Amino acid sequence: MTSAAPFIAIEASNIRASIGKTEILHGISLSLPQGRWTSIVGPNGAGKSTLLKVIAGLLPHSGTVKLLGQDLHSLPNRTRARQLAWLGQNESSGDDLTVWDVALLGRLPHQAWLAGPSPQDLAAAETALKATQAWDWRHRSLGQLSGGERQRVLLARALAVQAQVLLMDEPLANLDPPHQADWLGVVRCLLETGVTVVSVLHEISMALHADEMVIMASGRITHQGACANPETHRALEAVFDHRLTIHPLAKQWVALPN
Amino acid sequence: MTLRSLPLLIWSLLLGSLALLVLGVCVGSTGFENLIGPLLQPQADPAATVMAHQIVFDIRLPRTLGAWAAGALLGLAGAVAQGLFRNPLADPYLLGSASGASLGVALVLAVLGGGAGMLGDSMMNGGAAVGVFSGSVLVRLGLTGAAFVGAVLAVLLTLALSRGVQHTLRLLLAGVVVGVVLGAATQMVLLFSPDSLQAMQAFMLGSTVFVGWTACLLMVGVWAVCVLAGCLLGRVLDGLSLGEATAHSLGLPLGSLRIALVAVLALATGTAVAQTGLIAFVGLAAPHLVRSVIKTTHGHLMLLASLMGGALLMAADTLARWLIAPQELPVGVLTAVLGGGYLLWLMRRNSRSFTGGQA
Repeated sequence: MTSAAPFIAIEASNIRASIGKTEILHGISLSLPQGRWTSIVGPNGAGKSTLLKVIAGLLPHSGTVKLLGQDLHSLPNRTRARQLAWLGQNESSGDDLTVWDVALLGRLPHQAWLAGPSPQDLAAAETALKATQAWDWRHRSLGQLSGGERQRVLLARALAVQAQVLLMDEPLANLDPPHQADWLGVVRCLLETGVTVVSVLHEISMALHADEMVIMASGRITHQGACANPETHRALEAVFDHRLTIHPLAKQWVALPN
Repeated sequence: MTLRSLPLLIWSLLLGSLALLVLGVCVGSTGFENLIGPLLQPQADPAATVMAHQIVFDIRLPRTLGAWAAGALLGLAGAVAQGLFRNPLADPYLLGSASGASLGVALVLAVLGGGAGMLGDSMMNGGAAVGVFSGSVLVRLGLTGAAFVGAVLAVLLTLALSRGVQHTLRLLLAGVVVGVVLGAATQMVLLFSPDSLQAMQAFMLGSTVFVGWTACLLMVGVWAVCVLAGCLLGRVLDGLSLGEATAHSLGLPLGSLRIALVAVLALATGTAVAQTGLIAFVGLAAPHLVRSVIKTTHGHLMLLASLMGGALLMAADTLARWLIAPQELPVGVLTAVLGGGYLLWLMRRNSRSFTGGQA
């Protein structure tokens, strides 16, 4: 097997994954470019979150996943964790931890086992909390925050890893529109620094801000292409049974229900 | 309260424990008696000083310190269990260690036969249930060893049934199954060995009456090892509190770290149970008491919960000696009543933390 080209962040080949006895992903292959934002969309049950978990190395599967040219499963845990950050859907709460503790957890892959956080770790956690506007609550416990506030802290935890690849499953859950716009700003900043972002999104209009789009249905990829590409729009409308239409608006694309 | 209150809480618990230690050595079958005065002024009454020295250093100090150490072990184990199972109602006995220890003690009592009778004779000492912990040194060693081995074997059986530690829910269910089955086996053994019933009851209620310097030092040593290991493993529990997927994504080798946590849990619980019997609610209540005043990481929580557990059991032990002196209440009964009442109040006050945020 040939090694992946350097501009490919993630390369998956013939991925099959099951939950229980039900096969969810049926032989998926895809390549995700480095330094770009790819959004994965599709109807409920399409296998989007399962695919993201496979890419993150969180689910057993057949087939191969390469992260920055290296087989994901051959990487030591900590090396993988430094290169690939994960923000899950409905993460457990950890209510007793303070916001600061949660952000610092993102630095675990960088810390020696018996060592405390270094100045770089503290700086990274502070930067991440400021980026998600959660710095002011750093002394509050997670249990004292609303759903949206909590989501911003969890995003800060993922940002604090400072990984080259960031995977996010439903990162906009519980965020109000202004903070969805802030999230967009955070993603654009990451892209400017060369980070690869992959997100599963249900907010189609937000997903259309990405560079690339992977459209899924019934455990298979039905289309992969640039978000600005009309073919992508047609595939998107088709996968949702033409119950939405993509429209241009103020130099953006928006999905409106029919 | 924030992290800045941590040193304050640690010092409060240490000073509180010191005050309880002084109180504990002054309370006996005659109620409160000032034994510190004769020790501080030996020239005033040399005979009283000799007596006080004997009572304090041979009996009450090891017992009171032993109560602290057993409570500290249970408090630490409670914090580990609640973090590992991500369940605020988890307690140190959840992996079957209590029923394993009980079965071990019941088997030894049944095998001893006459020994059990002998223990039965010394069952009530001034109203205190002490049987299992009295008797000859060899019998005690056998019972203590059986309790420890039973506790550890029960945890190993739980691990075998759950096929490792990868799935927390499976581990939890296996622990419940082992607890129920070994509990039934204990009852079966007792059915065929009715002489052991009284002594067994004493074990089930818990007691610190016969904790001597050896047991005390053993518990303190195990506590030091467990608290160090617990603090080092605290970050694993912090990661796990954000979910399995997040903990895995942070590069934590969950399999081996969970085994280490279960080992700490089994060692701390097995050691405490072997020396003092089944003392209820300390392991469950201590972490909650800490959480009610401070929100912090699991590393700090484990240290604080063990200090809180030590103070709780020392206070309960002193109270058990004092309340109906010259008779003595089984300390396990007192911790169950006080701890249960406190938890009930805590659940009513803060239902959210007991329902995983669903309330």
